[in-house]
Amino acid sequence: MRIVVLVKAVPIVGNERLGDGFRVDRGSGLEPNGNDEYVLEAALKLTETHGGEVTLLTMGPAAAADALRKGLAMGATRAVHVSDGALAGSCARATAEVLAAALRRLEYDLAFAGADTSDGQGGIVAAAIAARLGLPYLSYAAHIEPGADGATVRVHRLSPAGYDVLEAPMPALVMGTQVLGEPRYPSLRGIMQARGKETLTWSLADLGIDPARVGAAAATTRVLSAAPPPPRAGATIIRDAPDVAVARIVDFLAARSLL
Amino acid sequence: MTIRLSDEQRALRDAVRQLADERIAPRAAAIDASGEFPWDVVELLAAQDVLALPYPVEHGGLGGELLTVCLAVEQISRVCATSGLILVVQELGSLPLLLAGTPEQQARWFPDLAAGRALAAFALTESEAGSDAAAIRTRAVRKGEGWSIDGAKRFISQGNVARFVTVFAVTDPSPEAVRAKRHISCFVVEQGTPGFATVRLEHKMGIRGSPTAELLFQDVRVPDANRVGEVGEGWSIAMRTLDRSRPGVAAQAVGIAQGALEVATRYAAERRQFGKAIGEHQMVAAMLADMATRTEAARQLLYTACEEIEAGSPAAARWSAMCKLFAGDTAMAVTTDAVQVLGGYGYITEYPVERMMRDAKITQLYEGTQQIQRLVIGRDLLARGG
Repeated sequence: MRIVVLVKAVPIVGNERLGDGFRVDRGSGLEPNGNDEYVLEAALKLTETHGGEVTLLTMGPAAAADALRKGLAMGATRAVHVSDGALAGSCARATAEVLAAALRRLEYDLAFAGADTSDGQGGIVAAAIAARLGLPYLSYAAHIEPGADGATVRVHRLSPAGYDVLEAPMPALVMGTQVLGEPRYPSLRGIMQARGKETLTWSLADLGIDPARVGAAAATTRVLSAAPPPPRAGATIIRDAPDVAVARIVDFLAARSLL
Repeated sequence: MTIRLSDEQRALRDAVRQLADERIAPRAAAIDASGEFPWDVVELLAAQDVLALPYPVEHGGLGGELLTVCLAVEQISRVCATSGLILVVQELGSLPLLLAGTPEQQARWFPDLAAGRALAAFALTESEAGSDAAAIRTRAVRKGEGWSIDGAKRFISQGNVARFVTVFAVTDPSPEAVRAKRHISCFVVEQGTPGFATVRLEHKMGIRGSPTAELLFQDVRVPDANRVGEVGEGWSIAMRTLDRSRPGVAAQAVGIAQGALEVATRYAAERRQFGKAIGEHQMVAAMLADMATRTEAARQLLYTACEEIEAGSPAAARWSAMCKLFAGDTAMAVTTDAVQVLGGYGYITEYPVERMMRDAKITQLYEGTQQIQRLVIGRDLLARGG
């Protein structure tokens, strides 16, 4: 089973800074997007059980290499890094176009994407890629398994009532949730082995994409304004012994009809 | 000389820090309170290959340099000194084999140790031979094809939980051999060998989750294949072992100091008295500044010592003693000040700094007291003329 996992390199949660044009500064200190680690974990488990290999795919600045290294340390076989100066400021439409072009150059049975990203939270790139490539799109997966015939994939899709069981022919694109299960820590051996793994760097020219179609100038959406949320105020810190503290917290919540 | 950690060392350090913060820190208070050896932490360190760091790649290890091992010890000790000691002792117990073991001995014992399936311990100290370690009385005499060991060892970290114990015993008590420091040999004794028993565990002030065992040897038979190094090479092996293991204790001390500094700093930013955070009072800010400066100085000396020892410095013993001396005293001072910054809250178990202060004390005592470190440094200075 060959699985491509889409990974976005995002600022370490809590350290996000806005740069020019209200764009998230992604110049340094990047890690894999948290939701992407959950689908990477699912991909690693599937290939450990059924055989195969996992390829990481990202579009991002040079600093995204750190996030790819972590994914390789967790156990991915190789990484593909689409990096090109012209990509800075690309909108979701351009991002989907670039990643779809990269996927066309890869051989895979499944492509995985996390539900959304901690820095953008658009949550539409995966669906847009599936639409561009004509792939079945299985969203909000809580469980992923190969179908009995080896040519299909079956997922449990979260629903308000529980979950639906969906099946689709491969190749397919699966958007996963955190219900898939906690991602592993990279082992120290994995970290040391990551250095020797293959990382391909592709430019727009490699993908045959006209630079005029991507980047800030070609963006179909524009961020007019962005601001960090106001700091939280008025926290009540309870420092009593556990039994007293619990009683006070229960009273606090009950007084606000939250229990 | 400035130490720049490699990308790989930083990645390993950060991975161990995350593991320590998320998986070990929540256990630290309970490990201290129960005084029980944290097998779950051993499993975690084994699963993440942390215990594989000191061993050669061909035996399932990661071939980590001394500095890399110390980075891991520092990060774990930052949240739990008992847990940091697991890696320190694993390396300490294995160093005689790393330094003087044959390829066959390494192939026999290292794979289990690197995988964390087995723990190691180092048994030199006896009740009447602490700082004067050459005065040990445990005897090994030839019996048939092998050896028979008789005697007792005291203050042996993890001696009861280790599967392999490197034991030092007198093989030639003649005055000439004693004078030439050729009277001692080193042996690997496996747990379960008849006549080998743990007779007591100590009740300790700190590192309470790490068992400290008194070991008894009564006609313990080991084959000659368990002898590490030449007959009479034991003292040299023990001293070379300590040259490489003391930085591990220094790393534990730097980690404890860093952990206490972080708790004190957070507390000083949150705790308000006289209408402002106590960190904004200059006397508290000055304490934090001194704690941070001393901790960083200890860290830099440790990292430099690791690089010097790894590079084969002829002054390895001095570097090793200096980093342990300075880091141990730093840990004691910084944790004492951390308790001071927290005031009454620092003295109670609700906050971790009282545990850190108790844990810090051992770093001034084991693998040579601070007084012994000064002797080592002083002798080396005089021998080399500076």
